[in-house]
Amino acid sequence: MGNSALSVSLWLKRILLWVPPLSFLAILFFFPLSKILALTFDFQTLTADNLQLAFRVLRFTLYQAVLSTLLTLLLGLPSAYLFARFDFRGKSFLRALTAVPFMLPTVVVASSFNAIWGGRGLFSFFFPSFNLHPSAFTLILLAHVFYNATIVIRVVGNALSSLDPKLEAAARSLGADSFRVWWNVILPLLRPSLLASSLLVFLFDFTSFGVILLLGGSQFSTLEVEIYLRVLKLPNLSLAALLSVIQLLCTLLFSLLYTRLVTRNPQQLNPRPVLLSPKTFKQRVFVSLFCLLLSTFFLAPLSALPFRSLFRLEADRGQRGEVQYGFTTDYYTELFVNRRGSVFYVPPIQATANSLTYAGATVILSLLLGFPAAFALARPTRLEKVLDPLIMLPLGSSAVMLGLGFIITYGQWLTSPLLVPFAHTLVALPFVIRVLQPAIASIPERLRQAAAALGASPFEVWKTIDLPILRRATLSAATFAFTISLGEFGATLLISRPEYPTIPVAIERFLSQPGGLNYGQAMAMATILMSLTLVGILLIEKFRLPKSGEF
Amino acid sequence: MLEVHRIFKTYEGKLLLEDISFKVDTGETVCLLGASGSGKSTLLRIIAGLEESDAGFVSFNGMDLTSTPPHLRDFGLVFQDYALFPHLNVNENVAFGLKMRRLPQTEIARRVASSLELVNLTGFGTRKVTDLSGGEQQRVALARALAIQPRLLMFDEPLGALDRTLREGLLNELRTILHHTQIPAIYVTHDQEEAFTLADRILILHDGAILREGTPAGVWSNPGSAYVAKFLGLGNVFEGVVSDERKVETRYGDFTVQCTHKHSKGEKVHLLARPLPAESEANVLQGVVSDIIFQQERFKVTLDTGLYVYIDDAPKVGESILARVKVECLG
Repeated sequence: MGNSALSVSLWLKRILLWVPPLSFLAILFFFPLSKILALTFDFQTLTADNLQLAFRVLRFTLYQAVLSTLLTLLLGLPSAYLFARFDFRGKSFLRALTAVPFMLPTVVVASSFNAIWGGRGLFSFFFPSFNLHPSAFTLILLAHVFYNATIVIRVVGNALSSLDPKLEAAARSLGADSFRVWWNVILPLLRPSLLASSLLVFLFDFTSFGVILLLGGSQFSTLEVEIYLRVLKLPNLSLAALLSVIQLLCTLLFSLLYTRLVTRNPQQLNPRPVLLSPKTFKQRVFVSLFCLLLSTFFLAPLSALPFRSLFRLEADRGQRGEVQYGFTTDYYTELFVNRRGSVFYVPPIQATANSLTYAGATVILSLLLGFPAAFALARPTRLEKVLDPLIMLPLGSSAVMLGLGFIITYGQWLTSPLLVPFAHTLVALPFVIRVLQPAIASIPERLRQAAAALGASPFEVWKTIDLPILRRATLSAATFAFTISLGEFGATLLISRPEYPTIPVAIERFLSQPGGLNYGQAMAMATILMSLTLVGILLIEKFRLPKSGEF
Repeated sequence: MLEVHRIFKTYEGKLLLEDISFKVDTGETVCLLGASGSGKSTLLRIIAGLEESDAGFVSFNGMDLTSTPPHLRDFGLVFQDYALFPHLNVNENVAFGLKMRRLPQTEIARRVASSLELVNLTGFGTRKVTDLSGGEQQRVALARALAIQPRLLMFDEPLGALDRTLREGLLNELRTILHHTQIPAIYVTHDQEEAFTLADRILILHDGAILREGTPAGVWSNPGSAYVAKFLGLGNVFEGVVSDERKVETRYGDFTVQCTHKHSKGEKVHLLARPLPAESEANVLQGVVSDIIFQQERFKVTLDTGLYVYIDDAPKVGESILARVKVECLG
């Protein structure tokens, strides 16, 4: 009697928790997804021409992703070895530096590479005689390495430092030289982490959009770029739908492989790092060479961007005769001017205000939806086991596809700037939930019971216990949502109104226009975005719960 | 006065509590003593209102509490893992229940200070609870429960996480505090030493049922069942067959005992042979000494039969001895 009444009210509570996030996903994700599917599986869509084009695009997407992954491993593996085995000055800084690009918006990474290697970049200015212009394709590959090397460094590095050093000693005592030790002992033991990190890198390269569009342009048609083209430039929505379904199936397949790999080979949790300062000549050469390589590769683009935003290297459009090279703040001041015939109808700095407003709305929306879901997931029942992958599904679909879904389903409301924070919330929600959920689960039930026994009503328990303890996690989740929204490019590019551009959209438009002034303003915008994001990253690190102990 | 009336509780088809009834009077400390899995913590949580019983009810001063949520019961609760709020300091932890009662600031400050004084933590008020030692944390938890001046205090193995010397010190303080405040208390433990030190009355729980209820002295002198005698470590417990009125045959010899019930011939009974020597007793344990352990003022002597006795002067291993002991009939 009492028992069943109790469980009924518990179920009711669970369901109430799930209503807001699930209805949000149903309306803004699953319904548009069904529209895309309906558009795809249609005789007019599945023509030989369309399928042939889709196949060609898929082949190129796979090709660039495989190539990028191999290059990432080429840089990442020795770096992982460097960080896992050696101790040297500036190590933690260098390690943090390699992790920064992963959290930067794609437009910032693309702009950074453009600022150093691009046609108007620093390299070609300082060494005009060198005919060493990397091709656009090379730039794309390099940017992918820049982005994802940290995954290999972290995953393989962790595995490497948790290997028992006695195994190596044993192999040597049994007569293996250092090559045989690597080939027969260490590499086989690293295989799961190698596969997992490669697959993850591959997944990110496969879905890369901003980097490819901004550094390569439309001739490099990956699935994402082609979807974008078929929505905005050469409108053919059913072809776009077909491409995005192919894209979704591929990402789901790769994610599934990845999850199986990770759950089958759980990482050992007792790393016993044995760190050496480099001793032999060979080790010293390796360590210094790689430190130099890594700091150049990672620092150069990150510093070239703000540098290029403050230095005039060429004539602005329309300027003739005396061009003043050198330091200038023009690119920033110009952002505040509403020029006739410019790319916008508003002063470009308005994009910053738009971005901040959208980001604020995304924070509020994703916290409102994320909290109930995280509360339910923190104490999972059978219901949650089913709902958990469902709620994470938007993570597996590309941003461009989210945009496409919005256009197909809610095209008549596209004039409303409200759609943008909705799209951003869709992208941010899984992250917000994943930050909140473990924090909520970490509060011992005893604390709530103790508070109740001391006279706190359920609401007072939430207010005085849950909320203060979750303060850091909430701030961290909010910052995540904020930075994700600031940097979101793919969906925003498709659905934002021309008069309400966001920073990434503004950068894209500046870059696609001719003239030094436009280029400089793109650099200035990207620098602003980079600074905002770096502040966000620092805040997230600050709010991060200490791994062990405090509670 | 707290009254627990015919509580039943099952969990996933397993019977956790079976027909539990008892009372706690004003100023009385009742210990629920039992091994882990005996259901004692579940019972405590039902009294606190953190769990619901399948049948039966809990009342206080005659008022049924079934529909009273935990935060309105006014029962102080002290957990084994303290459950201190990590985001609040010592003062704020102790003040928590008072704030929930919307007491004026000055009253809160006064009560916090006096509670901390009661548990000897004066001056700790602004410390972080995460910086305190286990013993200090438990004192804060106790002060927090005392500050609300509850009408009942409940302890769930409060000293289980502490080491022995700390435990003895805190146990004596707790005893003083409970006598001083006269708040009725329920103390759950698996440690008989704690139970016998604190309790006015002991309830021994086994498999969800109360096996024995009484004062510490009463339980000690008359355990009532083989399980209780064994659980409390009162002596040698073994089986025998009634051969005659007051005569029981066992594999350790024949004993003369006084049973509370009348047993018919051939019936099986459990006997308890207390290990202390008693010269006036008629019953004798005999055997060859197989092991001797020094225990402060006496020696624990184990015989080849497996039984043990306490002896003042150590015999030699291999020596054959006779010991006069008290043998009782259990139930």
